[in-house]
Amino acid sequence: MTLETPLLTITGVSKAYGDVVALDNVSLNIRQNEFFALLGPSGCGKTTLLRSIAGFEDPDVGSISILGPDSSTPINLLALPPNKRPVNLMFQSYALFPHMNVRKNIMYGLQREGLSKEEIAQRVEEVLVTTGLTDKASVRPAQLSGGQRQRVALARAIVKRPRLLLLDEPLSALDRKVRAEMQIELKRLQHEVGITFVVVTHDQEEAMSMADRIAVMHEGRVQQIADPVTLYAQPANVFVADFIGSGSLLHGTASESSFSAYGSTFPCHNPDHISGGAVLVLRPEDVRVTGVTSTDNPLLVGTIIETHFYGGSSSTSVRVPEVEDVIVASHPGAPQHHVGDQVGLSWDPQTAVLLQVHP
Amino acid sequence: MHKLGWLRVPLIGTYAFLYIPIAVLVVMSFNASKNPFTWTGFSTQWYSALFNNDLIRQGFVNTMIVAVGATILATILGTLLAIGVARYFRSTVVEAYSLAPAIIPDLVLAIGLLAFFSLIGVTLSLFSVLLAHVVFGMAFVAAVVIARIGQTDSSLEEASRDLGASAFTTFFRITLPSLAPGIIAGALLVFTLSLDEFVVTYFTNGPTTPTLPIVIYSMVRFGVTPEINALAALLLLVSFTIVISAQRITRLTDSV
Repeated sequence: MTLETPLLTITGVSKAYGDVVALDNVSLNIRQNEFFALLGPSGCGKTTLLRSIAGFEDPDVGSISILGPDSSTPINLLALPPNKRPVNLMFQSYALFPHMNVRKNIMYGLQREGLSKEEIAQRVEEVLVTTGLTDKASVRPAQLSGGQRQRVALARAIVKRPRLLLLDEPLSALDRKVRAEMQIELKRLQHEVGITFVVVTHDQEEAMSMADRIAVMHEGRVQQIADPVTLYAQPANVFVADFIGSGSLLHGTASESSFSAYGSTFPCHNPDHISGGAVLVLRPEDVRVTGVTSTDNPLLVGTIIETHFYGGSSSTSVRVPEVEDVIVASHPGAPQHHVGDQVGLSWDPQTAVLLQVHP
Repeated sequence: MHKLGWLRVPLIGTYAFLYIPIAVLVVMSFNASKNPFTWTGFSTQWYSALFNNDLIRQGFVNTMIVAVGATILATILGTLLAIGVARYFRSTVVEAYSLAPAIIPDLVLAIGLLAFFSLIGVTLSLFSVLLAHVVFGMAFVAAVVIARIGQTDSSLEEASRDLGASAFTTFFRITLPSLAPGIIAGALLVFTLSLDEFVVTYFTNGPTTPTLPIVIYSMVRFGVTPEINALAALLLLVSFTIVISAQRITRLTDSV
C-alpha cells in the first residue's frame, strides 16, 4: 500500500473544562473513505473530539486539518466557523427541524450553498431514493419512527456531500432489532456514497462490526488505534483488553517464560519480554473446560456457576476461589457440564495475551 | 384516575362559586328591563346601545391601541429576553428577575411606573399606558418562551450551523419557528391581560384617554346598567377565545 496523505489530521489536541481534562494530547489520522470509530466509555472525550472537528468546541491547543478539495493543500479546520467546514455532523438526537417536512429538512443544507433550484431538487430526489425515504418526503419528523428519523438525519448530512461525515452515537436511540439493520445500512451507505465516516460510540460490538479502524479512548487519551481484529488479538494495554471483547483478566507477576498468580505458575508466551506486574488475558474461546484429575492437567480448578446455551454454542462461567474475575469459556454445541460441577480450566499459552501493568 | 366520591360536593360548590356570577351577568345582558336585577324578557337592545355609546367606543379604540401596541412590543422584547436568559445564564436569579414584573403586585408596579414616568418627564397619555403594559407583558412572554426553550432540542441550532447556515439565518429559519408556539401563546396572553388591565392603566394614564376598563369603572359608579353587562359579556367572549386558542396552540406543539 502506498503512503497516502490522510484526509483528516489531528495533532496534539487538548481541551480542559476547568479541572476536568476532556482531551489530553490527542493525535490521530483518518484516511480517505474509511469507516473510523471513536470508541470509549462515556466521559472519555470522544464526543468532545467529534464536536471539535465539527466546530462546536474549541480545543485549547493542537491542530485539526483536512485535505482540501484538490487533495493537496490541507485546510486548517479550527480557523473556520462550523458553517464553513467541509464536514457534517449527524447529531445523537438527530436534531431534525420539527417545523419542516422531510424534504425541506434535506433541502435546508443545499439551499444554504446557494445552488440552483434544479440541482437542489435533483440531489434531494437522489438521496431520498438512496435512503428509501421517497414516500415519506412530505411527512413531518414527529410522524416518523426512530429508524426513519435516523435515515432523514443521515440523508440531510450526506446530501451535502461532505468530505467527512461525523456521526455521534448514531444508533443509540434505536431499539435492538432496528439497530442491527441500521448497522448494515450505514455500512452499505458509506460504500455507496464514498464518504469518510467517523462514528462515535460507546458500544464496542457496534464499533467492531462496522469500523475499518477504531481509536479506543479513555480519560481523554487515545489508548490504541487499530483495526478490530488487532484490537482484539493484540490489545495495547489492560484498559483496551478489558474494554474490547469479553475476557477474564488474571493479575500476577511475569517473568521471561512464566506467569505467577494466585500461588501457581502458568506457562506463557512473552514476546515483549515483560517482567514484573502483569495481566494475563483469557478470551472465552481460548479457555477449555476439562476434568480435574492429574491426567487432565488443569491450570486452574473451580466451580461452574452458570451455563448458557445460545443454540449453536454455549458458554460456561467458572468461579475459581482465588481469582477475582469469573472465568468464561465458550465452545460449540450444548453445555457439557452442570452448575455446581467441579471442573478444571486450561488454555494454550500461545493464545493468552500477556500485558504489562503500569504502576 | 381516582374515584371522586363525596369530593364531588366541594367540586360542584367551587365551580358554582366561580361561574354563577359570570352566568348571571351574561344572562342579564339580554334582559329587556332597565333594572339590571329583574328579568322581564329577552332583548339585544343593550348590545346596540353599546355600539351607539361614544364614550364606550372611544374607550374601546384606546384599549385596542394599547393592547395591540403593547402586545407587539412585549412579544419582541420578551422573546429576546427569554432567548438571552435561557442561552447565556445558568442562573435562576437572573431568570427570576426577568419574570418578576409578572408576579409583583399590580399596585406596586403601577406606583413604581408612575414615579418613574414623572422622574424622567414622560407626559401621562396612552403612550405611557402602553409602555407600562409592555413592562409586565414582556415578563409573561419571557416566562412562556423560556418554558418552550426548555422543551426544544438544543442541538437544532447547531445542526443548522453545521448544514452551512449563518448565525443570522439560523435565528430566523430555525430558532424563531421552533419557538413560535410559545411566542404566539405569550402574545395572546399579553393581549388579554392588557385588554382588562385596570390598576396599572389607572395610575399611568392621562386624563383625556380613558381605556375601556376605566370607562366601565366610571359608569359603574353610578350603578350597574344592563349596558355594562353586555359590554362585560363581550369582553368575556374575547378573553375566552384568546385563552383557549393559546392553550390549544401550546398543547398541539407539545406533542411534537
